[in-house]
Amino acid sequence: MSTRNLSSKNEFIRQVRKQKGLIIIAAPFFIYFFIFSYLPLWGLTMAFQNYKPQFSFFEQEWVGLRHFKNLFTDPDFYRVMRNTLGMSIINLALGFITAIGFALLINELTGKLYGFKRVVQTISYMPHFLSWIIVCGLVSNVLAMDDGILNELLLAFGLIKEKIHFMGRPDLFWWIVGFTNVWKSMGWNSIIYLAAITSIDPALYEAAAIDGYGRFGRMWHVTLPGIKSTIIILLILNAGWILNAGFEIQYILGTNGMVLDVSETIDIFVLKRGFGRTGGFAFGTAAGMFKSVVSAVVLILCNKIAGWLEEEKLV
Amino acid sequence: MRKSLGDKIIDGIIVFFMCLIVIAMIYPMWNTLIVSFNDARDSIKGGLYLWPRKWSLFNYQSIFKTDKIFKAFLISVSRTVLTTILNVFFSGLLAYVLSHKDFVFRRFLTVFMVMTMYINAGLIPQYFLYRSLGLINTFWVYILPSLVGAFNVIVIRTYINSLPASLVESAKIDGASEMRIYFSIIIPLCLPVLATVALWVAVGAWNSWFDSFIFAPKQELSTLQYEMMKIIASSMQTGVRQPDYIAEASQQSRNMVTPNSLRAAMTMVATVPILIVYPFLQKYFVTVNIGSVKE
Repeated sequence: MSTRNLSSKNEFIRQVRKQKGLIIIAAPFFIYFFIFSYLPLWGLTMAFQNYKPQFSFFEQEWVGLRHFKNLFTDPDFYRVMRNTLGMSIINLALGFITAIGFALLINELTGKLYGFKRVVQTISYMPHFLSWIIVCGLVSNVLAMDDGILNELLLAFGLIKEKIHFMGRPDLFWWIVGFTNVWKSMGWNSIIYLAAITSIDPALYEAAAIDGYGRFGRMWHVTLPGIKSTIIILLILNAGWILNAGFEIQYILGTNGMVLDVSETIDIFVLKRGFGRTGGFAFGTAAGMFKSVVSAVVLILCNKIAGWLEEEKLV
Repeated sequence: MRKSLGDKIIDGIIVFFMCLIVIAMIYPMWNTLIVSFNDARDSIKGGLYLWPRKWSLFNYQSIFKTDKIFKAFLISVSRTVLTTILNVFFSGLLAYVLSHKDFVFRRFLTVFMVMTMYINAGLIPQYFLYRSLGLINTFWVYILPSLVGAFNVIVIRTYINSLPASLVESAKIDGASEMRIYFSIIIPLCLPVLATVALWVAVGAWNSWFDSFIFAPKQELSTLQYEMMKIIASSMQTGVRQPDYIAEASQQSRNMVTPNSLRAAMTMVATVPILIVYPFLQKYFVTVNIGSVKE
């Protein structure tokens, strides 16, 4: 036993010697990751202190769970959680339905229409690469009161009698965020479904055609069941990001007083409380920590469920 | 399979629907493009839909003549170029190290690295770290936090492992050092994957604004995206002041430009680089995207 340990220890040392060159290169990376990703974890201790930046770590006053108690009794906390979950669910539902629908329809463009399909795909992926700032600028143009194209179109088609102040309507804000997300990522998110569709056995389509199913019948009875497992796995994986309803669009478009109540997400709450108030660092850290921990638990759980379903071939 | 009449009608409906989607994707950008090339005083009258009425390059001249915007543009370009070069170089180097199946710390370092994709201390601890490293309000806060990306390393490593191992082996027998092998064998062989990663990193760096907002808010370090953010935020919310240079620019030009026309031109300047690299991006991203889901 001990000799084997010894020999494996010797073997290890021999390997280290032999791979000196690699180790010298690898060491700075280890230090880099340690400093930039692991060291900040130490800062989480702030969440349990009455943190004052002018004092050193040993001079801080420890307050236990006080910030968490304050967090859970803060009415604003429940408001931002409601907004976060609300927008997440809308984003998830709209995002899934549109991406799947888009993939199904675009998959129908075959034969002579293949070139058209490529063009549509290319254009539909593009918004994914635009920054949120640009997208928010575009959204505010399109929805503007004075000469926003949407208001003009709705008026022209007689769907509304007077212009809608989209950006000032609390009841519309979540949907504006949802549809902006659709605009930005529908094409991109459809890629994975299109890939899944290509792996469906073509014989199934022929069989369905012989059975008398039309185009939509085949879509519904062959294509959709064919990508069912992909859909379920992705749905579960994405549900893991439920607390990440977004930050940028809500922060940029939701800053006016009329929609502030429904626009602020947990990320904005952390930012505003952490940096916006004197002595807010500790409270902000606690709120951020709450989000990270819950997120991590949900994410791991969802990943586990997805992995289990795949392994057991249940989907 | 020949298409029946019914099939053709369905095709027609789908094509029509897809055209609507394409228009909805392109039109907002197109409209901004028109406004940016139209005379600002003319644009105020409204009714600009498909084509500029009164061509003018003045909006563009004006933003590049405005010192703060031009400076922000330069900062955006330099942070993007520097981050891209460094991130690709270092991610590739680490990928090369981890591609050695017999490397003693391979497992440990891989786990240590992959964990960084999942752990996140949050905004405030991050801020304090950067502050104690002296990065706040310096250009380096744009560069140092993104020197290596765990995901990029995995993508490149997968690629290296698909290369014939004999190439590296023979170089080792010849006594070449690891850095030498990386420079003269790995980099040339990995150019396709390195280019892909470079495009990813470049788009991310070019598009980011949050780090300016939190970690480098001083004007000299502002980026194009951050300036855009200030302008849009000021137009969305009463009480947030729009940057001074907007009013200055329209004053100096005797109202030849308006906040709206400047914003349109800035949007185009901030978007065109993305549109230029987009065809190259598109060539690779499908495989990377699908690979990432499977990983």
